[in-house]
Amino acid sequence: MDNKTLTHLQRLEAESIHIMREVVAEAENPVMLYSVGKDSAVMLHLAKKAFYPSPPPFPLLHVDTTWKFQEMYKLRDKAAKDAGMELLVYQNPEAQERGINPFDHGGLHTDMWKTEGLKQALDKYGFDMAFGGARRDEEKARAKERVFSFRSANHRWDPKNQRPELWRIYNARKAKGESVRVFPISNWTELDIWQYIHLEGIEIVPLYFSAPRPTVVRDGLTLMVDDDRFPLNGEEPVMRSIRFRTLGCYPLTGAVESEAKTLPEVIQEMLLTTTSERQGRAIDHDQAASMEKKKQEGYF
Amino acid sequence: MNTQDSIYKTDALIAENIEEYLEAHQHKTMLRFITCGSVDDGKSTLIGRLLYDSKMIFEDQLATLEADSKRSGTQGEEIDFALLVDGLAAEREQGITIDVAYRFFTTEKRKFIVADTPGHEQYTRNMVTGASTADLAVILIDARKGILTQTRRHSYLVKLLGIRHVVLAVNKMDLVEYSQEVFDKIVADYTAFAAEIGIETFTPIPISGFKGDNITGPSENTPWYDGASLLPHLEAVEVEDSREQAGPFRMQVQWVNRPNLDFRGFAGLIASGQIRPGDEVRVLPSGKTSSVARIVALDGDRDMAVAGESITLTLADEIDCSRGQVIVASQSPLEVADQFESTIVWMDEHDLVPGRAYWLKIGTQTVSATVQEPKYEVNVNTQDHLASKTLDLNAIGVANITLDREIPFAPYDESRDLGGFILIDKISNQTIAAGMINFSLRRAQNIHWQATDIGREHHASMKHQTPSVLWLTGLSGSGKSTIANIIEKKLARMNRHTFLLDGDNVRHGLNKDLGFTEADRIENIRRVGEVARLMTDAGLIVITAFISPFRSERDMVRSMMQPGEFIEVFVDTPLEVAEGRDVKGLYAKARAGQLKNFTGIDSPYEHPEAPELRIDTTEMTPEEAADLIIARLIP
Repeated sequence: MDNKTLTHLQRLEAESIHIMREVVAEAENPVMLYSVGKDSAVMLHLAKKAFYPSPPPFPLLHVDTTWKFQEMYKLRDKAAKDAGMELLVYQNPEAQERGINPFDHGGLHTDMWKTEGLKQALDKYGFDMAFGGARRDEEKARAKERVFSFRSANHRWDPKNQRPELWRIYNARKAKGESVRVFPISNWTELDIWQYIHLEGIEIVPLYFSAPRPTVVRDGLTLMVDDDRFPLNGEEPVMRSIRFRTLGCYPLTGAVESEAKTLPEVIQEMLLTTTSERQGRAIDHDQAASMEKKKQEGYF
Repeated sequence: MNTQDSIYKTDALIAENIEEYLEAHQHKTMLRFITCGSVDDGKSTLIGRLLYDSKMIFEDQLATLEADSKRSGTQGEEIDFALLVDGLAAEREQGITIDVAYRFFTTEKRKFIVADTPGHEQYTRNMVTGASTADLAVILIDARKGILTQTRRHSYLVKLLGIRHVVLAVNKMDLVEYSQEVFDKIVADYTAFAAEIGIETFTPIPISGFKGDNITGPSENTPWYDGASLLPHLEAVEVEDSREQAGPFRMQVQWVNRPNLDFRGFAGLIASGQIRPGDEVRVLPSGKTSSVARIVALDGDRDMAVAGESITLTLADEIDCSRGQVIVASQSPLEVADQFESTIVWMDEHDLVPGRAYWLKIGTQTVSATVQEPKYEVNVNTQDHLASKTLDLNAIGVANITLDREIPFAPYDESRDLGGFILIDKISNQTIAAGMINFSLRRAQNIHWQATDIGREHHASMKHQTPSVLWLTGLSGSGKSTIANIIEKKLARMNRHTFLLDGDNVRHGLNKDLGFTEADRIENIRRVGEVARLMTDAGLIVITAFISPFRSERDMVRSMMQPGEFIEVFVDTPLEVAEGRDVKGLYAKARAGQLKNFTGIDSPYEHPEAPELRIDTTEMTPEEAADLIIARLIP
C-alpha cells in the first residue's frame, strides 16, 4: 500500500476544516468575523473547502470602523459575493454619532469602533459562536488561548478559567448568553499563511503588494493618505513605493518601503526582514501586557 | 562542525531563488512535541533557545527581550530566553508558566508545534492536555540532580497519553563540566525506570539550553557524544503518517452536507487508514453497508484520501448516517459497547461524583455517562495503586463507565481519536476530565434487552390512563409526603391506578444499603428513577416524595421517562419554615451535629430551574396543593 506523507500545510488545513465543521455542527447561530486581511482571506478559503459543495453555512460579519483602506472595502464586497455568503457590516452607531476617529481620539478609536462595535454586533444578531482569524504566533497572550475561547455574557475572557482542550475534541457547550470565539487558524504562523496563499492562489488586498502610494511620515510610522479625511498639518504627501504587512485602519497602519510586487517577493521580504509583523500596528506598543488586557475587555 | 547553515532558513537561497525555497518548504512535514520539566530544569530557556536559534525572533522582539532581561531576568547581563515564552502578565510576575502555551518554529525540513506546559504536580492536567496532541516528548533533566520524582511523573504521563517518541534531554551539562560519567549514570538510571513503566525506547542527548550545546549541532564540549543533536533529531524522527495510514479505514462523521436533495455528503477527519472511491464501507453502530461513490473537494473529486485529512465523501446507497456515527472499512468493523474500563484524569476543582450523569464526548459524538467508584487511583509519582472513592483535581484513576447508548470505539492504545474522550459537567458545562478507554466490559454484550409482547401502551390502555411520574422535590419538612398522600387518595377516588414511592419507606427496603453521602444520594435517586420507569411501563401514575437535592439527578430521572411523562413539582418551603416545623426532630439533630450531610444544613439543595409546578406551602394548604397538582395531571 502506498503511503502519502502529509505536508505541514495539509495538516494545518485538515485541522482548521475540522474545527469549522465542529462549530457548524454544534452552534445555534454561527458567524465568521471577516476583517479583509490575509488571515481572513485564508479563513474564508478554508471555509469554502470545508463545506463544499454547500456555501459556508454562516454569514460574514465585518465590524467596520469606517477608516479601513478603500481597497479593503472593495475586496470585502467581492469576496463575500464570490463565496455566495451573506455579508453583514456593523458600525457602532455611538462612535458614528460622536465622530470617533483615529486622529483625535487615540485608543478610544479602537475601543469604540472595534471592541464595543464587535460586542454590539454579536448581541444584535445573537451569534453564539464567532470565527476569528487570530493566530497563536502573533503575540504572547494569544499563545495560551484556546481554539474555543469562551466569553461570559458580557463578553469577557478569563485567562485563568479556560477549558482544557484535548486531542481533537472541542467542548462547545455553553450556558445561555455565553458565547464562544473560535480560532480555526490558531496553529498557523505568518509564513504558513503566506505559503498557503501562494499555493492556493487566494485573492488578497493589493495593498500587500508594493506600489507607489501617497504617504506622510508621523512618529516613525509611514502612513498612507488613503482619502481626504487625512488631516495634513502642512505636510505634503510624498509618493513612495510601499506595501503593508498587516492591514487595519489606514491612519493607524504603518507601511514598509518595499519593491515586492509579487507573492514570492513578499514572502522573500518577510523571511529576510528583521522586525515582527505587529510592529506596524500602533495598538501593541503601549505596554507588555496590553493585548492580554484588551482581550479580557472583549477585543478579539 | 556547525550544521546551523544547512538546517535553517538559508538566507542565501531566499535571497537568490525564492521560488526554489518555496518549493522546498511546501514539502515540509509537521511534528508536535511537548517539553516536560519545570522552570528549574531550564525548560523555558530551552524553548527560547530553539526559537532564537531557528531565527524565529525578530529584532524588535529581541530588543524587548534584552530590556526585559535587564529588568526582571534571572541571568544577569545575559539574555534570559525564558522571558520569551512566559506569556501572561500574572505568570510573568510569579515567574512560572501556569498554562499550556503553544510555540512555533520552523526549519527547512519541518514545522514544529511545541506545547509548553508547567511541570509541577498541581499542573498535571495542563501537561496531560499538552501531551494529548504530541507525537514526541522532550523530558528535561537537570544534570546536577538526575532522575527526580517529577521525572517519573512526567514519564508516566507521557506513556499514559501514548506518546511514541521520547527524548531524554540531560540539561545544564555546562554545570557538571560536560561530564560523560554524569550523563551515562543518568541514562542508566532512566533505562531501568523506563522499562518499568513500559517506555520501550528513548533517545538521550546531553545539552545545555543556556549555552547552546548539542542543540543545533554537535558541541565541542562533548566530544564523547556521537549521537544526534536535539534539533537534527527532531527533524529526523519519523512522523506518524505511515502508522496511521496502515490501519483500517475509520472516519467519525462530523457533519452531513446537504446542499440540495440530490447530494448527501458525509464530512469528517479520517482517523486511520486510506479510502478510495469504490471501497466497501460500513456505518456503525447501525452496521449498514455501502460503498464510497465520490470523495468530493472544492478543487475537484479525489482518487484517494488518507488519515489526518478532512474530507467529504458520498455513498452509493441511501443509508442512514449522521453526526457521531463512524464509517469504517466494511471488513474490519469496530467494537460497539456501552460499558468500558477507562483511565481518567480529573481536571476540575469539584471532585468526581460516582453515579452522577455527565456528558461524555468522544470524537464527534456526545452521550450521557456515569462513572463508577474508581477501582483505584494512581499515585502519579510512584505509580502505586491507592484505594479511592473519588478523584479530585489532577488525580488519575481507573474506573468503569456506563453510557446511555452503545458507541463504536477502539482502545486508546490503538487510536487517540476513537479511544480518547472528555467528560463535561451538565450544569457548569466545564470540561472536567479526560479519559482513555482501556477495554469494553463484556456485561453489556451479554445482557440483551428482552422484548416483551405486551407493551407499555397496552398496559396503559387497559387502565384508561396516561402513565406519569409526579416528582415532588423539596427540603425535609416541606410537606412532600403529606401532599403526596392526599394526591394518592384523591386519585384513588377518581379510579386512577397509582403508586406512591416515599423516601423514608424506600430506605427501609430497596435502598437500605445506602447512606447519605453525595454518591449514595445519587444512587438512591437512580434506583427510584428505575423503579418509577418500570411502573410507568406497567401503566401506573407514580407519585414520589424525595428530597432529591441535586438538579443533575432529577434531570437524569427526567431523561429516563418518555417526553412529557415526568412532572417535576417543587414543594417550596423556606428553610426557616421547614426547620420551624421540624416534625421528625431532624433539624435539631443536624444543628447539634448528630446528623451529617443534612440537606439545607451541611449539604446543598439545588432549586429546580424550570419545574412544571411550584407549590408555595406558605401560601396554600396541603389540600389546595394536591388539587393544583392533580389539575396539572388531569386537565
